[in-house]
Amino acid sequence: MIAVQSLSRHFGSIKAVDDISFSVNKGEILGFLGPNGAGKSTTMKMITTFLAPTSGTATVDGFDILEQPLEVRSRIGYLPESSPSYKDMNVFDFLMFAAEVRGFDGDERLKKVKDIMETCNLKEVAYQQIDTLSKGYRQRVGFAQAFLHDPDYLILDEPTDGLDPNQKQEVRNLIKRMGQEKCIILSTHILEEVEAVCTRAIIIGEGKIVADGSPEELRSKSQLHGAITLDVAGANLESAIAELEKVQGVDRVEKLIAQDSQKDNNDKKDEDNELARLRIFPMCGKSIAHDVANFVHSKKWVVDGFTVEKGDLNEVFYNLTKGGAKQ
Amino acid sequence: MRNFKAILKRELKSYFESPVAYVFIVIFLLATTGCTFFISRFFENRTATLEPFFVWHPWLYLFLVPAVGMRLWSEERKSGTIELLFTLPVTMGQALAGKFIAAWLFLGIALLMTFPMVLTVAYLGSPDYGIIFASYLGSFLLAGGFLSVTCLFSAMSKNQVISFVLSVVACFAMLMLGVGVFTDLLNRFFPVWLSETISAFSFFTHFQGFQRGLIDSRDLVFFVSIICFMLAANAVVLERKKSE
Repeated sequence: MIAVQSLSRHFGSIKAVDDISFSVNKGEILGFLGPNGAGKSTTMKMITTFLAPTSGTATVDGFDILEQPLEVRSRIGYLPESSPSYKDMNVFDFLMFAAEVRGFDGDERLKKVKDIMETCNLKEVAYQQIDTLSKGYRQRVGFAQAFLHDPDYLILDEPTDGLDPNQKQEVRNLIKRMGQEKCIILSTHILEEVEAVCTRAIIIGEGKIVADGSPEELRSKSQLHGAITLDVAGANLESAIAELEKVQGVDRVEKLIAQDSQKDNNDKKDEDNELARLRIFPMCGKSIAHDVANFVHSKKWVVDGFTVEKGDLNEVFYNLTKGGAKQ
Repeated sequence: MRNFKAILKRELKSYFESPVAYVFIVIFLLATTGCTFFISRFFENRTATLEPFFVWHPWLYLFLVPAVGMRLWSEERKSGTIELLFTLPVTMGQALAGKFIAAWLFLGIALLMTFPMVLTVAYLGSPDYGIIFASYLGSFLLAGGFLSVTCLFSAMSKNQVISFVLSVVACFAMLMLGVGVFTDLLNRFFPVWLSETISAFSFFTHFQGFQRGLIDSRDLVFFVSIICFMLAANAVVLERKKSE
């Protein structure tokens, strides 16, 4: 378990990380979300013992980052931001170095390095200088270095940064696979990534934790959560809105788009064939899908689309990190 | 110990995998022998001694050692690999010692390659091998002293050029403390006991003993403690600067 206890780090008068506490268990993949400069990397640097906290502490597997930093380091696999590596070395030598420092000797060391090159698809560039590799390969070298000793704790700072969509998918699958028995913290500002990979997300804004929960829980903080988007044709729009608002649990109805269905022959306007997209917002916490569906059915409207919105993480993120700051 | 060795090996290998090592060794050999033959007029002296060879070492090291050592920490800091290094299970001491010893060994290798000079004097006459050995030892220690100063300044800046310039200036100061003109200057501003204490820290005076063939324990202790002190200061600077 990684337990962070009121960790703070100040740079001069700037509170980069301000009294953060949380804990992560094995089997969890924690996503660290936040705008640039929110304190994600700083927090990770402190957990990995690279940066000393101004106050507070953290424990990794029961070892304190301040008192037993070497024990902590040997249990963590860390991918620093933009995955630095010794660029004048070739991939094989670099991984051999990492393996040696991680405490592997002789045949075991060679085996570990060969295995990890297999896992990370680095075999074809094994003897190439890291300097000459593409961004994607360099990132993989960073991964290989972090996974080499099969650590129980993984801390990955923007693991998919700079990768192409295929590579991103590859990395996400890898993380998901590892996340089943490991404890992983990863930082990102890509929201889809959190939804795709993480079992839990923490949103950080200006050094503080502003939200902590599963991606679904965070999404439910969105205004959009539970709203219904309805595409209907053949209804009288104004009266439809008025009637929908009377359905039990409905808070308000918004008209998103309204257009004539037969735009090509727009000479004659056919009121009855109007196509509309409506968004129906529920009252706080109510589920309205069933009632709205029944209502629509009873009216015999032609429905083109009916979606229950899960909520928009982007919106939550924006409100918590930017909207919050304005108040 | 294993970590120290791993870092030392990596570091030493990286010298020889880049052209730096070869350029340095060639320049070092050309400069030392060139100065010996063309400026000190080795042949015309008609004495079987390597004194005209070793007398140049402090002045050549002044530029060449900072050139070797400037990248030690500034490159780690600039490329961000320092974050990698200090999140591996490596202590500050192991990292510092590994890097320092690797660079020192490299300087030692370059120094050993001047062995044809020894063969030359041996062929031309019968030199005092004791003096030659002491001078080599002194030269190696002097290189270590300069290197430890360079290490410290290398940790101070991410920019290798700045590290180089600062190191040269600092090394120059450490050298000049004991040179006549400079001690006269010190005498004018400070009481004699103070100016003598200051000039006792000169690399130059401590190197001269070795050149005369004396392996004085005080000189040995001096160089070893300068190196330890500089590396300790290096650790403090690095601890503060590593995450910047």
